[in-house]
Amino acid sequence: MEYILIIISAIFVNNVVLSRFLGLCPFFGVSKQVETAAGMGGAVVFVMTVATIVTYLLQKYILISFNIEYMQTITFILVIAALVQLVEIILKKVSPSLYQALGIFLPLITTNCAVLGVAIIAVQTEGYDLIKSTVFAIASAIGFALSLVIFAGLREQLELADVPEGMKGVPIAFITAGLLALAFMGFSGIA
Amino acid sequence: MNKLKIFTKGFFSENAVFVMLLGLCPTLGTTTSAINGLGMGLATTFVLVMSNIVVSLVKKQIPDKVRIPAFIVIIASFVTIVELTMQAYIPDLYDVLGLFIPLIVVNCLILGRAEAFASKNNIINSVLDGLGMGLGFSMALTMLGAVREILGSGSVFNIKIYEGDGALVFVLAPGAFIVLGYLIAFVNRLQKRKNI
Repeated sequence: MEYILIIISAIFVNNVVLSRFLGLCPFFGVSKQVETAAGMGGAVVFVMTVATIVTYLLQKYILISFNIEYMQTITFILVIAALVQLVEIILKKVSPSLYQALGIFLPLITTNCAVLGVAIIAVQTEGYDLIKSTVFAIASAIGFALSLVIFAGLREQLELADVPEGMKGVPIAFITAGLLALAFMGFSGIA
Repeated sequence: MNKLKIFTKGFFSENAVFVMLLGLCPTLGTTTSAINGLGMGLATTFVLVMSNIVVSLVKKQIPDKVRIPAFIVIIASFVTIVELTMQAYIPDLYDVLGLFIPLIVVNCLILGRAEAFASKNNIINSVLDGLGMGLGFSMALTMLGAVREILGSGSVFNIKIYEGDGALVFVLAPGAFIVLGYLIAFVNRLQKRKNI
């Protein structure tokens, strides 16, 4: 039951993008097509899960046991940067077309604050144990992918809409995101 | 490019938030009030200026292939300094900004300036660039925070403007997106008029 609560809360109620404001750069950057959005979502699911597990172990067995918790920011970001590099190398071999499509945004997962943010929330703010952290990371990443794909779908439709001149492009995207966030607020009753 | 232009481009023509759309997470996440936005903006400015200085000093020593991790370590060191200082001297603001202080390290604005400007320019220009970009970022955050505070809680910088509580939605998540959308539309309009 506890795990179901973590999952629902991370996907819908405290959605990383729409309620915690993490990972907005890829949210606006790769959301022009559903297909690239789904690819980005998949990459983030993988990176976020592995990053949270690794940073949890680092925090517990190295930072806390040596009493150097103030090194947290530096160690976490380095681990995440290395992981992203790994995913990039794998993706280049396995799926060159997806690698092309994600372009600059793949190295930018390093600076996707959602990955670092979720890792810090799991070990510090919430103080989850290893299994809960993993569940939380997977659910958060699914929440990220979900909102990214929905938003990409909305933006594809928006291309066809007749938008006032000044609102074209970025402004209307923000307002759409606001309405989406409003819709996700409706879930806040269920937790 | 002259020095004045390097400094002022961060405010208008290349404003991080309104034009380049960098550093959106802290922009939306911390601007529930004008003072929070300003605090976040100044913390980011400090990190940006310091990392620009160090990057421009060591740019010749860093091999091209490992420059991004090297930049990140430099930025992360200054973020840790800001984090510990804020925790010690302004704990109230530290508690409000919370998670977003360690997240300054992944603010694409800072890495972006290190990569695009400081690694190619000398130290004086890098400082000016960092200051201009950082203050432009602070300005955008303060504006967004002020609008959200006025609409959402009827005050600005904690000074009451009108009676009542305002519409809570502007302090919550959806309001952040909607207000920033309209602000960007407004800035676009201003720029278009200037070009004509």
